Amino acid sequence: MHGTRILDEADRLMTVCNSCRYCEGLCAVFPAMEMRRAFSDGDLNYLANLCHACGACYVDCQFSPPHEFNVNVPKTLAVARAESYAAYAWPRALSGTFARNGLVISVIAALSMAAFILGFAALNDRGVLFGVHTGPGAFYRLMPHNAMAALFGAAFLYAILALVMSVRAFWRDIGEPIGGRADGGSIFQAIRDAGELRYLHGGGVGCYNEDDRPTDRRKLYHHLTFYGFLLCFAATSVATLYHYLLGREAPYPLWDLPVLLGTLGGIGMIAGPVGLFVAKKQRAPELLDEQRYGMDVGFIAMLFLTGATGMALLILRETAAMGPLLALHLGAVFALFITMPYGKFVHGIYRFVALVRYAQERRGEAGS
Amino acid sequence: MIRESKDILNWIVEQGVRWQPSLGGTLSLGRTNSFFLGGGRAMLNALYLTAERLGVEVAYDAEVIDLVIEDGMFLAARVKRPINGETEIRATSLVAAAGGFEANIEWLKEHWGDAADNFLIRGTPYNRGSILKMLLERGVQEVGDPTQCHAVAIDARAPKFDGGIITRHDSVVFGIVVNKHAQRFYDEGEDIWPKRYAIWGRLVAAQPDQIAYIIFDSTVVTSFMPTLFPPIAGRTVTELAGKLTLDPAALEKTIAEFNAAVRPGKFDHTILDDCRTEGITPPKTHWARRIETPPYLAYPVRPGITFTYLGTRVNKEARMLMKGGKPSANMFAAGEIMAGNVLGKGYAAGIGMTIGSVFGRIAGREAAKHARN
Repeated sequence: MHGTRILDEADRLMTVCNSCRYCEGLCAVFPAMEMRRAFSDGDLNYLANLCHACGACYVDCQFSPPHEFNVNVPKTLAVARAESYAAYAWPRALSGTFARNGLVISVIAALSMAAFILGFAALNDRGVLFGVHTGPGAFYRLMPHNAMAALFGAAFLYAILALVMSVRAFWRDIGEPIGGRADGGSIFQAIRDAGELRYLHGGGVGCYNEDDRPTDRRKLYHHLTFYGFLLCFAATSVATLYHYLLGREAPYPLWDLPVLLGTLGGIGMIAGPVGLFVAKKQRAPELLDEQRYGMDVGFIAMLFLTGATGMALLILRETAAMGPLLALHLGAVFALFITMPYGKFVHGIYRFVALVRYAQERRGEAGS
Repeated sequence: MIRESKDILNWIVEQGVRWQPSLGGTLSLGRTNSFFLGGGRAMLNALYLTAERLGVEVAYDAEVIDLVIEDGMFLAARVKRPINGETEIRATSLVAAAGGFEANIEWLKEHWGDAADNFLIRGTPYNRGSILKMLLERGVQEVGDPTQCHAVAIDARAPKFDGGIITRHDSVVFGIVVNKHAQRFYDEGEDIWPKRYAIWGRLVAAQPDQIAYIIFDSTVVTSFMPTLFPPIAGRTVTELAGKLTLDPAALEKTIAEFNAAVRPGKFDHTILDDCRTEGITPPKTHWARRIETPPYLAYPVRPGITFTYLGTRVNKEARMLMKGGKPSANMFAAGEIMAGNVLGKGYAAGIGMTIGSVFGRIAGREAAKHARN
């Protein structure tokens, strides 16, 4: 017996799958399963986070409903995965944020946007918020750069701390008893596997989403979103270096590196989440974890908002709308940062860690 | 069949089906068999998608209730559908790929008697052989022994129908097999498992009440694939016998005699090794090791029927032959419904899929050729 009902069900399914094994070529989950004959809570959380929800094993399975064995691996592992986010959350007191995640995320997003607007209005002279500001340092007339850097730096550091603590708990639970360290080769392998979404692939034909045809485009949308996010992050990092090393203040001209990176990334962060949202709406109900709909959509919406407000700010930065848009954009980014450890963002972290563990297990097997 | 089977490996990939290497943990199949990635349903999904792309119309939920055949010539099929009701479909050729009759327990009982009540059917409950029966009644020549089939010993706790591949047991060669009187009845180590697994269904079917028990000890538990149902365990042979409702004294005696007959040897399950018994009947000619390390473990097994061999006789164009030997003008058959042309008795891993794919392709080709002319 396991800690939760969903882990009991995951254990039952892994016992069924382990005596069949026809899906072992589809992804990493089944080869990892075959290295075990019995499954601890940690093992099941590991397998759940290794699953990329491509749906192929459900479409291929001869024991999926209406068969009495009722095998639905993608959905069961999706629920187990979501529950594992709460189980490993740090501090424990905040694990409840996963229960009604859509609500939590939207309230925090709304509050932080409102806080930036009110803050801009309260701390500045009347008229600054709706004034037209151009030239270097335009943004900092609304909020001093150092204040901005301190606030976001603190939010980001907190997010990293909470994520590190969560990952420690996960790693200890799924890894060797002492929670062994990862080797460089396995980490490199995991970066490649995650970077190309190797297992969001249906074993070669593609993924399944709305029906039993491998026509799913989530891999493309995810790439747009993820690499869009990375480009935006890179844009911010370059801008920070410009500011402190070169003494050049934002906003930068359109041809300059931070703007180019941010524009490309922003397009990705608008198009990707839209695609993911539409795919989520079309997903076959038998594959969908309805209870986590709020968490999934909340995260998609936050990414979209961050991208959309950023692009709007770029386009309208020389008009009177700049002040309010800057407030909205900063509010969205701030909410995204502080909710990182308590929302769907963590899926990427846990899945990456699971891929590291998988790469390590494969190396161990090949070595023995 | 063997000649065309080589080409099938590539042809079927062109139709969208994917292969994978031999599955992890299967016994000695790495050297002999290819596996469909995702299993048989994945293969069928891929073939149906290809057929649809080519413009083939598939009538799901449609039962053929009658065939109109005149003088060896197919004219039409009467079809019942939940929505459209009964309709008649006329066609220039017919390919029958409707399977055997293994799910038709009454038909099995005609040949097996009441023993068939204790059979488990590994596949769909819809494989009732109704098309096969219609064809035989309308003049097609039959082939094969009605009691011959692909039958393996599967877990007795499996569902009556459709337990599929996962109720299999690969553990026979690692232990002994006894019947309800706790007596051994066949050489468990006769040959490597891919050549022998398909005889154990018939062997168990011949035992009283069609039940048997694979008995082994804790030293071999990880030697074979994990099983859907856990083994039944006892700290002593007597305790195990109690749980299996076998006579404890008889089981003790059988195991003691077996252990005493085991000769020393070097165990290697990948070859026909020299671990064997001496002085007992039946012997265990390979992989014989003493059963002496508790807990003692057992799997109850029953005959699991995969498919039957009785079918329609065909020539090498997959064309059905009528009684008297005349080839049908436009009727072809593929798969289980004509497997008896190839399989008399016995089996080797992979032949069923090979018959289905090779004769499916031939039958389709010949049927299309006839339709074009």
